[in-house]
Amino acid sequence: MAKRVGIEVSIALAEAVKLANVDVIPAYPITPQTHIVEHLSEVVANGELDAEFVLVESEHGAMSCCCGSSAAGARTFTSSSAQGLLLMSEILFIPGPMRFPIVMAVVNRALSAPISIWNDHQDIMSQRDIGWIQTFADTGQEAFDLMLHAFRVAEDRRVSLPMIVNIDGFTLSHVVEAVELLSQEEVDQYLPPFKPRYRLDPRKPITMGPVGIPEIYSEAKVAHNEALKASKKVILQGWKEFADLFGRQYNPIETYRSEDAEVLLVTMGSISETAMTAIDTMRDKGQKAGLVKIRLWRPFPGPEFRKAAGKAKILAVVDRCLAPGAICGPVGAELRSLFYKVPGAPKIFNFIAGLGGRDVTVGRFEEMVDKALVFAKKRPKELYEVIGVREK
Amino acid sequence: MPNTDAIIGWKTITFGCHVMEPGSSVKFRTGDWRSQRPVIDNEKCIKCGICWIYCPDMACIQTEDGFFEIDLEYCKGCGICAHECPKDAITIVPEEG
Ligand code: SF4
Ligand code: SF4
Repeated sequence: MAKRVGIEVSIALAEAVKLANVDVIPAYPITPQTHIVEHLSEVVANGELDAEFVLVESEHGAMSCCCGSSAAGARTFTSSSAQGLLLMSEILFIPGPMRFPIVMAVVNRALSAPISIWNDHQDIMSQRDIGWIQTFADTGQEAFDLMLHAFRVAEDRRVSLPMIVNIDGFTLSHVVEAVELLSQEEVDQYLPPFKPRYRLDPRKPITMGPVGIPEIYSEAKVAHNEALKASKKVILQGWKEFADLFGRQYNPIETYRSEDAEVLLVTMGSISETAMTAIDTMRDKGQKAGLVKIRLWRPFPGPEFRKAAGKAKILAVVDRCLAPGAICGPVGAELRSLFYKVPGAPKIFNFIAGLGGRDVTVGRFEEMVDKALVFAKKRPKELYEVIGVREK
Repeated sequence: MPNTDAIIGWKTITFGCHVMEPGSSVKFRTGDWRSQRPVIDNEKCIKCGICWIYCPDMACIQTEDGFFEIDLEYCKGCGICAHECPKDAITIVPEEG
């Protein structure tokens, strides 16, 4: 039976990885991901989990090792953050097209310079196009549940793609929350053993990762992209079955008091919790504000987003990432593309918020909604604004 | 460029772009790349086999009399054999036409 415990979210997430009975964990520590791999190294060392914990020399080595172990048919997990994720970058583009279902927890953190260990989404946004499935958790329970969902989806033979679960550094990873931990029997019911379509096996040699000459490279890239897009069906199935078994339903796009809303805030990750409080406050004041949360970032659920937000007049899109020199932030740009020339589409304004651990308070969300209402009447010069930055 | 249009599209490419059979590099004619070719002067050759050792495409083939021939299906004209030959028995000449 599942048991509800007060637990640090990093440890709950690591417990999910343990319950998934992973075979190989190549990991290199970096703040704020550290508690996840520390806990896993402990459960391996004391015999609670029969897995290979590989102490690699760097994140580049960690991801290389992940590719090797996944190719050999081992259930593989790793975790990273910020510069660590960037040191993996060369290898991160490889398991997608090669169809290795590595599962990774990215504990989101700002990028240097200046040095910051605190939370925003610049690390994962810089790796947006690595071709992995990417989801975002808002709470500890979601982090635990989405981790199990990730193994289930990634390793499904119809998918066979790597998958990232994003959790916000510190503001989610290091807080203690009430989390319902599923039992081993329950997890085993949901997550079948990993049976790869192909594996490296000396008895049946195949080549993985050959050169893609110009005559074949485009076809290989399109095959990967189509597999990523087609994975949405299995992602949804995985969530449906999770809900059937354990009663918690997840969706690619989630809404809060959005039905008749004039202005919709759009968020990703743990600030969505504060945003919900802000919506309640604004609703109490009679303002028609609602919230749309993006849970599935890649493949981007376009039709679901249009359905959830298409009727609103204004979208106030929050980005936790400043894209220097760009027209606006990455989420803002995505949604502008989605709604480009769609008749009756909402007006979209982009707010860059919560960089490098700056708190995004209820008041800040109210400010964004107010500003979006003003911008809807008088179009601003820039398509985005860095909220709360001191102009002096 | 070899014409692959007729054989493989994104729907028919192998899973993960894996090559499902061992030893398949034999099918890849690296000789297509060549813009120059090695010519061996058997008057100078001492049958040491250094060209055979160094050739990255196993294109220096020893014949029954002990001398070496170039397999132009695979020789890509890199010139390594000529560079390594201790007797300067190999000359690299441009491909004509
Ligand atoms: S030119 Fe290069 S490929 Fe050709 S035979 Fe010499 S070493 Fe081999
Ligand atoms: S390296 Fe030169 S001398 Fe030696 S076998 Fe080859 S061609 Fe003859």
